[in-house]
Amino acid sequence: MALSGVEIFKLLPKTNCKKCGFPTCLAFAMKLAQRQTTLDKCPDVSEEAKKILGEASAPPVRPITFGTGDKAVKMGEETVLFRHEKKFVNPNAFVLEIKDTEDDATVDAKINDVLTSEINRVGQLLRVDGICITNDSGDAGKFGALAEKVASKAPDVGVVVNTESPEGAEAALKHFSGKGAVLYGVTAENAEKMVEIAKNNKVAVGIKADGLEAAAELTEKVKSLGVEDIVIDSGARKASEILEHNTLIRRAAIKKNFKPLGYPIINFVQRDDAMYEALVAGLGVCKYSSIVVMSSAEKWKNLALFTLRQNIYTDPQVPMQVEQKIYKIGEPTPDSPLLITTNFSLTYFIVSGEIENSKVPAWLAVMDCEGLSVLTAWAAGKFTGAKIANFIKESGIEKEIKHRELIIPGYVAILSGAIEEKLEGWKVTVGPREANGLPAFLRSRAA
Amino acid sequence: MAIPELKESFSGVVFPVTIGTEKEEVFGGENTLPFHKFEGEIPNRPLIAYEIQDIAPEDWPETVKKVYEGVSDDPVKWAKYCEDELKARAIALRLIGTHPDQKDLSADDAVNVVKDVLSAVKVPLIILGSNHVEKDSEVLPKVAEAAKGYNCIIGKAQEANYKTIAAAAMANDHKLIAMSELDINLSKQLNILLTQMGFDKEKIITDPMCSALGYGLEYTYSVMERIRLAALAQNDEVMQPPMFGDVGMYVWKIKETQASEETLPEWGSLEERAVLWEAMTAVGLMIAGAELFVMRHPKAVELVERFVDEMI
Ligand code: B12
Ligand code: SF4
Repeated sequence: MALSGVEIFKLLPKTNCKKCGFPTCLAFAMKLAQRQTTLDKCPDVSEEAKKILGEASAPPVRPITFGTGDKAVKMGEETVLFRHEKKFVNPNAFVLEIKDTEDDATVDAKINDVLTSEINRVGQLLRVDGICITNDSGDAGKFGALAEKVASKAPDVGVVVNTESPEGAEAALKHFSGKGAVLYGVTAENAEKMVEIAKNNKVAVGIKADGLEAAAELTEKVKSLGVEDIVIDSGARKASEILEHNTLIRRAAIKKNFKPLGYPIINFVQRDDAMYEALVAGLGVCKYSSIVVMSSAEKWKNLALFTLRQNIYTDPQVPMQVEQKIYKIGEPTPDSPLLITTNFSLTYFIVSGEIENSKVPAWLAVMDCEGLSVLTAWAAGKFTGAKIANFIKESGIEKEIKHRELIIPGYVAILSGAIEEKLEGWKVTVGPREANGLPAFLRSRAA
Repeated sequence: MAIPELKESFSGVVFPVTIGTEKEEVFGGENTLPFHKFEGEIPNRPLIAYEIQDIAPEDWPETVKKVYEGVSDDPVKWAKYCEDELKARAIALRLIGTHPDQKDLSADDAVNVVKDVLSAVKVPLIILGSNHVEKDSEVLPKVAEAAKGYNCIIGKAQEANYKTIAAAAMANDHKLIAMSELDINLSKQLNILLTQMGFDKEKIITDPMCSALGYGLEYTYSVMERIRLAALAQNDEVMQPPMFGDVGMYVWKIKETQASEETLPEWGSLEERAVLWEAMTAVGLMIAGAELFVMRHPKAVELVERFVDEMI
């Protein structure tokens, strides 16, 4: 990836035999540099070239899967530093810490917080993705017992096993063999033993280093010991350090293709105050963290963090959309009002929220406009009289309602004539401009 | 192990802006990305101003309205409360009462409020119109004149009304917020128009338009990041004014700051949710590059200030 087309060309056979499907080796090299083809298309590359090119073409941040089954989350594979350049690929995991020194009730409550954390927001199911069990007691037996409990109560959930003791690791990890766990706490001192344990249990390794040089050294060591699924903790705890280290690690991976730092990052952001902790976690979301370990998972805190993560990880080129259909808000009857809007998630979310606020049951027709807001869609020619008329006819709503009145957004009042022309027998009513005018508008009509 | 050189330095600098007289505040001035003190200079912390209004905040949600009970019926009391009790570093007075859909107060009414507030407090004042294009171009020039000598920030000038508002800010020695609509090119164009009429680019504060967490934050976030990169990496002078996040206004109108826990149990406690929403929105935009903020809830301000302490 860091190699240019010309650099790749130098490593190819230069015979222009066309077996790869390209007219020349150079043309093939250019496509490789743009990641539009793969090296295996050329049957004649040397082993040496394969090695160099293979390494260079691996994703700059190594992909790792955390958890299993439908709880699995993918991490890594990022390709940019700023989200306007290209979509951030794999959203970070939020992980709740449970210590083996906490009493049973606390442990149960925390496991429950994770299991019940799922929220549907703008059509996506969001949740706390994992649990970090911490060997606070230093006692392997206690740690093993906590691991067993978590494994049985929260199967498949990604688990970070946090201990520097090989005995503790043995005791806990056997409950998560092959379950997408991370053995965190691997240091220069304990690496040999710990990596062996991780390997035996087929889990990833979380290194715990002091600074970036030490981190790079340690990932190389872990790799030489036979594990390549690694997550990095550079030792950053203070918010300013988290920003610094995470930024430099991401730059190393993406701009320099520096493999020893090309791994997902784990950050520990625990703070004494849950609200404040959320802000530091937010820094992790914005700035390159793949696993954010927290000390609490209140519902209000989750909602804010999930929303931030959703915002940061949306595709800047393709807006978030909802399905085109007629949504029921409340329990609408054949006499309930019918409103129309576009399928930009944000628009849908705001408008449906305001209709809910009005407590007036209604039908909301949401038209596919490629995820554009009302005015943007109108300006782009996707929310026009003819298209709206067509959508209403084909939606089948005429069978559900008795009246023939369509309420349109105030900003596109100009469309009312065109719609009435195309939708025979219908009356168009112009609603308020801002959705927050809807409750008063709907209530006054209902009265 | 030797690692490659990873630090980056930039040729551009964000202009520092000083406001106030009796008590001054400075924001901006950094020559690096937000909080990148490991590779550049960040001489000033971001500035958070407390928002007050010329009329009682009837449409503010309960969670934040109750904080100002007993003072919010009078802008002077309200401003004093922010300065004395909340230790506000700056105050933002929004003349929302002048909006035709609100009380349609006159420019003279606004002038009186501005004068009263200015003589009551020592901290710098940001004077914001009602965001009604025509009314603002009527009201803001008069209040800019009334505030002459106080080194305030006047806002917001938009494409449709920047000429009158900028002229007034210029004639009376104020700084100016220039707002465009979530588009880096529009933002640049407005700043160019301002400088073409002789407005000093070092007195502009760019508002690329705010949005709340969950309600378009990603647009504001990315536009801000792009503006900041243009300022630093491309050394584009018209992109070098500091940036503004009008956070409180956008946050305290959305559902997450209003819906009760009874109606939405899965959203958890309203109080914490609402306050965190404001703080998180501010922090997100701060990480993207904003250095001037207008916020409402003292607890949210406190959280954000604590975050800045840990970042600076
Ligand atoms: C972000 C944005 C974009 C984004 C797209 C975001 C998206 N997913 O839609 C991008 C950058 C891609 C974009 C592109 C364009 N945009 Co644009 N964009 C905006 C911006 C800044 C915000 C839009 C937004 O997200 N609004 C928030 C949503 C929630 O608003 P909404 O859908 O309108 O819903 C509100 C109301 O309409 C109402 N409502 C919605 N549904 C309903 C239903 C009923 C029944 C009722 C009563 C009310 C109601 O409630 C909502 C909240 O109050 C606006 C300016 C602005 N501040 O509005 C310009 C704006 C909409 N864009 C504009 C234009 C011209 C364009 C472009 C054609 C060119 C350009 N200038 O960039 C392209 C077209 C896109 C294309 N060809 O693909 C113009 C439209 C001009 C006009 N008056 O028609 C605007 C107004 C900017 C301007 N002043 O020039 N844009
Ligand atoms: S197959 Fe290999 S050797 Fe043949 S043209 Fe393509 S790149 Fe060159």
